[in-house]
Amino acid sequence: MKRLLTLAASALALTAAAPALAQDMVVTNAKLVIGDGSEPIEGGVVIVDDGKVVFAGKPTAGQTFTTGTVVDAGGAYVTPGIFATLTTLGLADVSAVDETNDITASKTPFSAALDASTAINPTSQHILVHKAAGITRAATTMLPSGSIFAGQGAIIDLDGSPNPVMQARAFQMINLGENGSAQAGGSRAAAHALLRAALREAQALSTGKGGIPQTTAIDKADEVLLSRFDAEALVPVVTGKQKLYVDVERMADIRAVLALKSEFPKLDLVLVGATEGWLVANEIAAAGVPVIANGLIDLPETFEQLGATQSNVGRLSKAGVKVAINALTMQDPRRLQQVAGNLVALTKMPGATGLSWGQAFAAISSVPADIVGMGGKAGVLKPGALGDVVIWTEDPLEVGAVPAKVFIGGVEQDLTNHQTRLRDRYKDLDESNRPEAYDW
Amino acid sequence: MFADKRARGRFAVAATLASALALSACTTTGDSEKPASASSKSDKEFAATPAGEPVFASTYKPFPNVATAIKGATIYDGRGGKIENGVVFMSGGKIVSVGGPDTPIPADIAVFDGTGKFVTPGIIDIHSHLGDYPSPGVEAHSDGNEATSPTTPEVWAEHSVWPQDPGFSRALANGGITALQILPGSANLMGGRSVTLKNVPSRTVQGMKFPGAPYSMKMACGENPKRVYGNRGRMPSTRMGNFAVNRETWLEAIDYANNPDAKRDLAKETLVGVLKGEILIQNHCYRADEMALVLDMAKEMGYKVSAFHHAVEAYKIGDLLRENDVCSAIWADWYGFKMESYDGILENAAFLQKEGACVVIHSDDQNDIQRLNQEAAKAQAAGARVGIDIPDATVIGWLTYNPAKAMGIADKTGSLETGKMADVVLWNGDPLSVYSRPEKVWIDGALMFDAMNPKTRPVSDFELGQPGEGDVK
Repeated sequence: MKRLLTLAASALALTAAAPALAQDMVVTNAKLVIGDGSEPIEGGVVIVDDGKVVFAGKPTAGQTFTTGTVVDAGGAYVTPGIFATLTTLGLADVSAVDETNDITASKTPFSAALDASTAINPTSQHILVHKAAGITRAATTMLPSGSIFAGQGAIIDLDGSPNPVMQARAFQMINLGENGSAQAGGSRAAAHALLRAALREAQALSTGKGGIPQTTAIDKADEVLLSRFDAEALVPVVTGKQKLYVDVERMADIRAVLALKSEFPKLDLVLVGATEGWLVANEIAAAGVPVIANGLIDLPETFEQLGATQSNVGRLSKAGVKVAINALTMQDPRRLQQVAGNLVALTKMPGATGLSWGQAFAAISSVPADIVGMGGKAGVLKPGALGDVVIWTEDPLEVGAVPAKVFIGGVEQDLTNHQTRLRDRYKDLDESNRPEAYDW
Repeated sequence: MFADKRARGRFAVAATLASALALSACTTTGDSEKPASASSKSDKEFAATPAGEPVFASTYKPFPNVATAIKGATIYDGRGGKIENGVVFMSGGKIVSVGGPDTPIPADIAVFDGTGKFVTPGIIDIHSHLGDYPSPGVEAHSDGNEATSPTTPEVWAEHSVWPQDPGFSRALANGGITALQILPGSANLMGGRSVTLKNVPSRTVQGMKFPGAPYSMKMACGENPKRVYGNRGRMPSTRMGNFAVNRETWLEAIDYANNPDAKRDLAKETLVGVLKGEILIQNHCYRADEMALVLDMAKEMGYKVSAFHHAVEAYKIGDLLRENDVCSAIWADWYGFKMESYDGILENAAFLQKEGACVVIHSDDQNDIQRLNQEAAKAQAAGARVGIDIPDATVIGWLTYNPAKAMGIADKTGSLETGKMADVVLWNGDPLSVYSRPEKVWIDGALMFDAMNPKTRPVSDFELGQPGEGDVK
């Protein structure tokens, strides 16, 4: 049933109308979170038309919209879908079961050429479980294993539909810290030499005719460090058309990454991890390089994380760095909200630096979307953005908060998954009539 | 690597470790059976301390403390009790009284205003590898698994604990952890003895050992032992192999226990301690069906399982666990990272609680140990969503009294009751909210952490002179 809504702040007039397109809807009576860093708005309304947000905010008198789907949020939090970055969602069913794991590929001769979008399984339980946690879009990537290059990450949606890939080859991911050093032959210097050689090769390819490679490969014994296909895959990186995500933790490693710009000025850099980023926050801010930072890592788990502190994100943000919270170092990306909430709690601790509630939510919604080039499109409720809307049962940054409803592109999602089915089966253990296997 | 953490992005490192372990297995096998002492029973001149007498004894003494009261806070006593606007009074390292606003306290003592704040017993983690897998997690520090034989009841986790692990101070300051059990890893079916520690900075592990705490022995079901040893072409390589090796080992221990002339054997001393009920069993076991088999093995051999750890499928057999009086030490939300964790659900704790089984929330992780309160809140919320409403006061018991019970120290700590150790946390808000943090932590009545005073933040030797020394972590 389609209804005409008059969106006045005081009263809503609802009129029956023609059948609806599936991607139209209105959420009323929301504690509305735009996702851009601002604080929640009481009594907000979100209108989605044809899968896109056309309005989000306080309704004004006389505003009307025709839709078949009207959801009264009853004063609950309504937010954009969480944009999870970085994740491996869709690339493994069970990470410790090798057959199911496409996150790493240590035996392949390829590295930078690897394209995660070719391996995404949209019905992976991890995707379904994380959708039920309010994540609607994710940056998903392989991890470096045989090389410093992980390959090219993708932006996916989590609606479980056959085509999860919104943007393939959205970024190239590399590791230049301890792991990169190990993968390049045992020294950070080796990792930098390999990176520079690879980028020079790509640069030559980008200016050459017909993609003729300068060399066929960089080898070490029987190991291929860079094939011509990998070099070709780095052309968009060196020409600034594809973002380069660099995973580093140590202050010195961060500075070495920023310095790459002097040799390869078109690089579009993003720092990942950056545990010691706060030590050079001003330099990162001055370079205009965004950071996908570890949120709560506060232990010197490695020698490149000696300066680890939970204040890293807050201090980077205060220095003017665009900073998102990294999902890769948490147990699962569905902990993003919890980590964001902890950064709010930090504001009460003397000597610590945290984030405001609005900033914290933005660090898991609009900021990560913006970093990957989807600013205004995802992670935010503004006209023109994707109609990813989540209605929560409570403050979404509180532990245990889960969505009551999730819309992706304006379409309400089924939140059933393997876990909810197990939950329903084992709610009681009564097998007096039949074994549990008959309960489904 | 057997702390059951996902090794994302560290597969190369893990592979290196595995080969190093395999190498060390070749060079050390054969030495592990040697007796601890060269003395024989007829030799009067050389004699080790007899079996059963205290060795590596605790040297921990409560630190100087002043009589202290907290007034006006919401108190959770750890055993399901809740007092609004309550008073906790501690003196001489002990809880003297806990009660309502009219609870008498002497004049001239330190009084903290707890208005708007919350008091709980000190938080206890039943499953930690701090010190045994410390930070930095370099190979030279990897002391948590004696993965050279599938059964190593002779090793003691305390001999691997590095007291300078910075993880202890994070657990104190961010998690309110006052006591924790350090367990050997799960590479082995029988990993060795645990040690229970007071979470106080110390130059020696003896200075942290919880006075009077019993030992536990770590056992492990499932994937890890069969993978580690199966990959080396030796038993066990299957789950049935796991049980066979376990049962043979128990039978040998029973023979040893019945033989008054047997030569001392450190492994069997641990196993006999279990058979006598002096040493508790902490059993890493994910799957419901395997837990049920372990319970029957325990009946067969005559011992008791104190807790199943990582019991992600415990919710499938809550009735059985209640009947056997076994606690389930669990995470709130870990799932799907290995095959035996595939059926993890958020409602695990709530379903167990509903069945009347014992719930313990554990960490197995240097980060989660800093937020066990939040993990408990997550598990509580999952229950509430399916109509299982568990009071906050009960949930606090998952982190305090229940782990103390499963570790055999519930007569000493784990609840705010007169005469017990004054292990107390003052939270700056509801401890089951993401927005709250420990403000003050007392251990045996001594104020060991105060968020308002930077100098009460312990800094380990390792952190001195490093970037961020003494920072708010």
